[in-house]
This record gives sequence, structure tokens and C-alpha cells, in this order.
Amino acid sequence: MNPYLLCLQDVEVSYPTNGNRPGTRNVVLNNIRLNIRAGEFLSLVGPTGCGKSTILRLILGSQFPTRGQVLVDGQAVSGVDRDRGVVFQKYSLFPHLTVLENIAYGPLLERTSMLQRVLYTPAYRRIRRQSQEEAREYLVRIGLQPWDGDKYPYELSGGMQQRVAIAQALMMQPQILLMDEPFGALDHNTRLAMQLLILEQWEEFHMTVIFITHDLEEACYVGTRVIGLSQYWSDDDGEPGVGSIIVTDLPTPGGHPKPTAMRATAEFHALLEQVRHDALDPTNRQRLQQFNLTHQDALKPEPLSAPEVPEAEEKADA
Amino acid sequence: MKSFFRTDAQPSLAATWVLSILFFVVLIAAYLLGSYYRHLENPQDKVMPTFSEMLDGLKRSAIEPDRNGDLRLWIDTLASAQRFGLAIAVIFLAIPLGVGMGLFPYVEALFYRFLVFFDKIPALSVLPILFIIFGLDELSKIALIVIGVFPTVALDAHLRAKSIPREQLHKAQTLGASEHEIAYRIVLPQIFPKMLDTIRLNLKAMMLLLIAGESLAATVGLGYRIFVVRRYVAMDIIIPYVLWMTGLLFLTDWFIQWVIRRRYVWVDK
Repeated sequence: MNPYLLCLQDVEVSYPTNGNRPGTRNVVLNNIRLNIRAGEFLSLVGPTGCGKSTILRLILGSQFPTRGQVLVDGQAVSGVDRDRGVVFQKYSLFPHLTVLENIAYGPLLERTSMLQRVLYTPAYRRIRRQSQEEAREYLVRIGLQPWDGDKYPYELSGGMQQRVAIAQALMMQPQILLMDEPFGALDHNTRLAMQLLILEQWEEFHMTVIFITHDLEEACYVGTRVIGLSQYWSDDDGEPGVGSIIVTDLPTPGGHPKPTAMRATAEFHALLEQVRHDALDPTNRQRLQQFNLTHQDALKPEPLSAPEVPEAEEKADA
Repeated sequence: MKSFFRTDAQPSLAATWVLSILFFVVLIAAYLLGSYYRHLENPQDKVMPTFSEMLDGLKRSAIEPDRNGDLRLWIDTLASAQRFGLAIAVIFLAIPLGVGMGLFPYVEALFYRFLVFFDKIPALSVLPILFIIFGLDELSKIALIVIGVFPTVALDAHLRAKSIPREQLHKAQTLGASEHEIAYRIVLPQIFPKMLDTIRLNLKAMMLLLIAGESLAATVGLGYRIFVVRRYVAMDIIIPYVLWMTGLLFLTDWFIQWVIRRRYVWVDK
């Protein structure tokens, strides 16, 4: 019935301001309405401090909306669980475990009971050996050497660490993979290689990916859909808006995954320019009506300061 | 000397060693000199015994049985080590407690303020209370060490557990880890080497409390012995005992550092 895997319904995130004056709240996200189909590769861009990571945490389940709800498969997200994987810019890997132990950690928890682990039973040790062998095979497929498996994360370069972090998350075959600036700390060439890697894995595992980045070109290249989130907008009367809102929602051209040559095309550069102007330029306060929401699943936001839109119109949009 | 106060100085191995032992040599030389002049004035001087007198004292403690047929140094060391070891074993329990406080807000609410208060009790001031409640035997001496150091270790584990990035906890949850897995498989192993360091730095405090306990109520033990022989101004016993205790602590400290370097290569990387 509901064609969407993930829905953010009128999500607001706000917290009381410091002065403790009743009624005043600091609004981070104003009215986020987002429907995402299974298999989408959604890139999320926006100016610093616009709340990209907040959206990611809402979907992950480590934070909850002040208003509205986040639904996965029609169920409200109630906490972090094994159905949604995550890769952070850092801290994704456990420093005290070897690469293989890191990758095999999830499957091992899945296949053994707590009692087995505490008692360190023969069955547990056998399953652990199996999981680590599988992890070693996977290691090779993501571009590491088999012997890298016995190293600790600190012994790997930043790019290799993120490869392992991706492998660690993918071993769980999550419905949704959340990535928060996963390649943010990597140099340019490593970054390009990692983009290809994640696209390969996305194709192979048929996942849904939510990808946050501050690199617009990266966002438009890897994503099937680009969302621009910005706190710099104004309502239709020209009054500055409160909190961040989705100001751009576009499908990206060029097929998925895109050939790397796509990056050089005029069409691609036109897209970059447009998103940069609409979503990333703090001096450009777009009015509600001007938002470029041309993706087929895009919903028009109904921010708190704007007049109510009748229920019927919302249905027509969806 | 031009390069002495330079951050990029690279002293040779020889220079490093010469400088490292310099103050040891100065101290020993000063002692020998003082001892020599005191013995010139009074050959019976007991305050600064000569090395041969101390060696003799050590021999009497370590290889010659006393009136009761005991080799004092060894039975004293064994008794103190037992108390010390039991206390350390209990103090290790502070680590899982601290991790629990750092991760579970209810556990934190239950223990945190109490432990901060408890930590501020000057341990020595409860010694009379311990003697009254537990009597003069082993329990009160071990309890004194535990009371003195347990809260410190628990509070340190609490801080360290809290400083583990939240991302790590969420990551573990996405891999299907339960709350207990997170606490005792993800957080505790990560802070454990740091906690070994904390215990290492508290060895002195533990020894201090042990000696205090032994000096007031014991029939055997390193701390007991130095306070007994003090009555006879037996510096030839006291000084070797002090050096022996220092040496033991130094070795323990060094051993813990070695374990950390060896077993936890990923620390601070």
C-alpha cells in the first residue's frame, strides 16, 4: 500500500532556548517531509549547521523528533537497531578489535547467544572462526589484502579504515545504510575510489542509502536523488524562515550508477551550479514557492510559519 | 650545553644514561659523605649507618632466622603482599562499576554522588572506625586500602566510559549488540588499559594506606616492621626496608606498563 520504505512525516526538531522564556524554542528542523523508495541512493547536502546529521540520527534512531514521526516500513523508529547500518566519518571502527573482528562482530552477535559468548563455548569459537573467514573473503573484495585482517584499525590508512567500516556495516545487510560524511577526511583520489566502491556495493546489495556530504559534486555523482536542506529560506511574504527545511529535491541525470565521464558533462555542471545556488548559498533566501522540488516523490513543505494547506492537497502530492 | 634547552635536542644514549643516573649518584654520594663524617665523630652512630652496616641489617632480616626462627623480610613481604593483592582484587571491581555508571543513567544516579562523597572521606580518618568495627585483624587493613582507592578508580572509569564517543555505542547497536554487550564488550575493553594506568598511579596511595594500617595494628608486615624497629633507631633495618618496598612498587609499576604496551598495542593510536 505504502510504496515508500522510509517516510519522514512533518518532522520538527527543536529544543528550549537558554533563556527559559516560556514558548521560545530553537528550531533545528522545521517541517521535514520526505518519502524515500527502497533502492534509492539519496544524497543530502546543505550549509554547515543545517541539521543534516540530525536527520540522519532521526532515521538511525539515536534521536527522536519533537513533532511528527519517522517511519520505516510503516513502523515508527523506536531506537537504533540492526536494520539500519551506519558509517560515520570516524569512530565507526572499534579500536580494540582487529579488522576481522570488526567486520565479523555483527554476524557473530547474530549467530551466537550471549551465554555462548560469555562461556566461550566450542560452538562459539567455531562460529567465530567461520565468521572471520567470511570476513576475510569480503576484505579482499573491498580492496584490502587478506593479511590486513589481522591488523588493528590504527594500522590502516584513512581510506582503508572507511572500507572496513563499510564492510562492517554491509555484513549485516541492512535495509538502509546511513552514511555521515563517510569520505570527509579522505584525499581527493581516495574519495573517488571510495565513491565507486560504495556504488558497487549499493548495486550488489540492493540497499537504500542515505548519504550526507559537504561535497556537492560527490553528492550529485553518487546519488540518484539530491536533497538540499537549508536554514536560509523565507516564506512567501519574504519573512525569514525558522529552522531548516528541504529547499531542493531533484533526481540526478545520467543513469545509476553514473559513468565517471558524467562528471565532465555540461548537464552535470549545470546541476551542480543550480543546487549550489539554491541550497548552499546563505545569501540566497529562496521563497517557499521557488523551491525546486521536481523529484517525483518530493513533497511541498508546510513550515510552521506558513498557512495550513488542506489535507486533500497533501494526498495529491503523494 | 648550548643545546640543553632545545625541544629538538637529540641526546646520545651515553648522555641519556649519565643524566638519568646523575641524581642517584648525587644522593648516594651525599649519604656516604654524611655517614662517613658522623662515624668519624661517633663510631656508634645509628642515624646514618654505613653501607656495610645496612648490608648486615639486610642479612639479619633476609637470611638469618630471628628468635622465632622466621626470616623476617620474607614473612613481612608475604604478609604485606597478601593484603595488597586482596585489596587490588577488590579495587578491580571498581572498573565494571564505573563503566556501568558511565553508560547507564540509572546506575549513575544510584552511585555517582554517593561515590563522589565517599571519595572525599580521608581514608586514614576512618581507620579508628574500621578497627572498632572489624577488629585489629586483616579485614580492617584491607578495607582501609579499598576505601581509599576504590572510589577514585570507579570515578575514573566513569569519566573514561563517558568519553567514549556516542557513535561507538550506536554503531554497536546497529550490529545487534545488547546494552550489556556495549558496556562490557565495547566500552570496558577500550578503557581497560587506561584503568590499568590509573591503578598503577594509585599503587603509592595503596601502599601508604597499607603501611598506615600495619603500623597501628599488625604482628607482621613491612609497615609493621619499620615502625617496630624505629624504637631502637635501627636505621640499618629501616633504610633497606624502605628501599625494598620502593623497589617492589617500582617493579610492579614497570610490569603493568609492560603489560599495557605488550597486550594493548592499539592504545593511544
